[in-house]
Amino acid sequence: MRNCAACLLALLGLAALPLAAGAAEEQKPAEQQPLAWESWRADNSVSDIASLQRGARNFLNYCNGCHAIKYMRYQRMADDLKIPTSVLEKDLVAPGRNPLDYITTSMPAADALNWFGKVPPDLSLITRSKGTDYVYRLFKTFYVDPASPTGTNNLAYPSTAMPAVLSDLSGVNEAVFKQTKDGGKEFDHFEPLVAGSMTAAQYDQFVRDTVNFLDYVGEPAQLERQFIGIWVVLFLVLLTWLSMLLKNEYWKDLH
Amino acid sequence: MAHDPYPARPGLWGWINRRLPVDAFMRSQVTEYYAPRNFNFWYFFGSLALLVLVMQLVTGIFLAMFYKVGENNSFDSVEFIMREVNFGWLLRYLHSTGASAFFLVIYLHMFRGIMYGSYKSPRELLWLFGMIIYLALMAEAFMGYVLPWGNMSFWAATVIINLFGAIPVIGSTLVEWIRGDYGIADATLNRFFSLHVVALPLLLLLLVALHLVALHEVGSNNPDGVEIKARKNANGIPLDGIPFHPYYTVKDLFGTGVFLTLFSIVVFFVPTFGDLFLEKANFEPANPLSTPDPISPSWYFTPYYAILRSFPDKGAGAVAMLIAVSAFFFLPWLDRSPVKSVRYRGWIYKTFLTLFVLSFVGLMYLGLQPAQGIYVMLSRICCVPYFAFFILMPFYSRWDPVKPVPDRVTSHA
Repeated sequence: MRNCAACLLALLGLAALPLAAGAAEEQKPAEQQPLAWESWRADNSVSDIASLQRGARNFLNYCNGCHAIKYMRYQRMADDLKIPTSVLEKDLVAPGRNPLDYITTSMPAADALNWFGKVPPDLSLITRSKGTDYVYRLFKTFYVDPASPTGTNNLAYPSTAMPAVLSDLSGVNEAVFKQTKDGGKEFDHFEPLVAGSMTAAQYDQFVRDTVNFLDYVGEPAQLERQFIGIWVVLFLVLLTWLSMLLKNEYWKDLH
Repeated sequence: MAHDPYPARPGLWGWINRRLPVDAFMRSQVTEYYAPRNFNFWYFFGSLALLVLVMQLVTGIFLAMFYKVGENNSFDSVEFIMREVNFGWLLRYLHSTGASAFFLVIYLHMFRGIMYGSYKSPRELLWLFGMIIYLALMAEAFMGYVLPWGNMSFWAATVIINLFGAIPVIGSTLVEWIRGDYGIADATLNRFFSLHVVALPLLLLLLVALHLVALHEVGSNNPDGVEIKARKNANGIPLDGIPFHPYYTVKDLFGTGVFLTLFSIVVFFVPTFGDLFLEKANFEPANPLSTPDPISPSWYFTPYYAILRSFPDKGAGAVAMLIAVSAFFFLPWLDRSPVKSVRYRGWIYKTFLTLFVLSFVGLMYLGLQPAQGIYVMLSRICCVPYFAFFILMPFYSRWDPVKPVPDRVTSHA
């Protein structure tokens, strides 16, 4: 029995590994400046309802013109994010749409194809397929590139067809590249060309809130999932303990 | 005439039992079915495999109520389940985590069988049924993986089905016949759905029934590899046997509790399990124009995938993979050792077994890495102990310096 308990403990440890790894990653301090952009982290939290509300506002004001989140209904979003119906209907639902509608975009796909050469992707699952960090880095690494059709380029998504739509807020950056030994070029740092309407800290918060909202949209059930999970696991631990006592009660006759 | 220990029951229960042997069956298979008293940790995984099978069937039935098959519907309907069906996310995560748990449990169950020589006489058929279950489970999991119609579903199906193209002469025709189209398409998805929810579950249930009947005919092996039926008391009950119920039912209940606790931690807190149980690439719809990089199958197939990629020639790789899977079938006849359990085997067998387990886990890891540079070289190195374990077994199992096996089990109960 002791042997058996040791094995079970080892299994438990194995299962806890990804949890522990996640926790360790979350504890990293959010000092971004000395870090290379490839290691910037979104560090968002879907339990922060205020952040999700700001993110929803950001998405619907700045992204929804081109991008849909076609699996998400306005009303579900409002219910989950505790947005009052009055605010939802007055400020968030697109003109002519119903709160029970899915959040699609009003831009016709044919026009989008004509204008950008590509239909802007649906963002319902972008944080699940690419990760929250990727979306965060994308918003933070636009730079001026006269060779690009949009006039801008991006480090996280090179040659993207997406224009730097948030440059009013973020300002415009120039990327400084350095020569590598093998003759290629490598990103070194950004030089601000034009200041945006937001400070660096405000823009960072803006991006983080938006990424947080997209994280929620990727899996709306996650708010509920972890809450239920705690009770399920506590119940099962109790049940397992009782079944161990029952097992010992029966097996003590065998000696 | 001796006293009848089981007098006929009166009333409805007696009426039923005179027509259907419920009581007699419960006695012979449960309350008076004697199992060795020295089962250890490794003996939980048989009952756990049955538990996971039932869980997959039940969650699968509910998922199929909402899932819509078709290349234009499948991906959307999975998201519909995740968002709009009450507790649909729970059904889906139970089913996706259940698939991985099934293989984890089956691999530990198989390792137990190998470690204690449970495939040896008289349990050869029991082992063969188990191995056919394993193959059917691989087919079931593969087809289930295609159903969400994500991009990894599409490309994994492409890679796996193209393997049949390595068969000489009929290869390309066979691939077309399996797909039902010139590429992985709607026809493929529809037939995989049919096979996943009807044909293979029926086959699995039949095989599990045969596996259990064969088990109860010969009785369980145990960590000492001692046949408990060889020594019985005056009533014909094995001296080292205890009734399956209540002793192992309560013990398995405890094992079930531990398993479900760990399982729930994954389902509720890390359902994607760091890209292993649900891959990022599968949250993008199937796209024939965009290949995920790298294409890797689910973790439970990666040992064989690594073996496939170890060979520069596709045909040779496919043959090696086939041998790697089917070698398990021949274990009862490859093993020439006079003892069953690893406890009484010598250092030669123990060395080969350890290297085999390390190479299996190593290949599992390597199959998840890109097929380049050091990873391919390491896969080739891992192939050596993997195949040596089987091919050299007739020799080393005979030369192995074994220890004397005791008459009775060394009880830990």
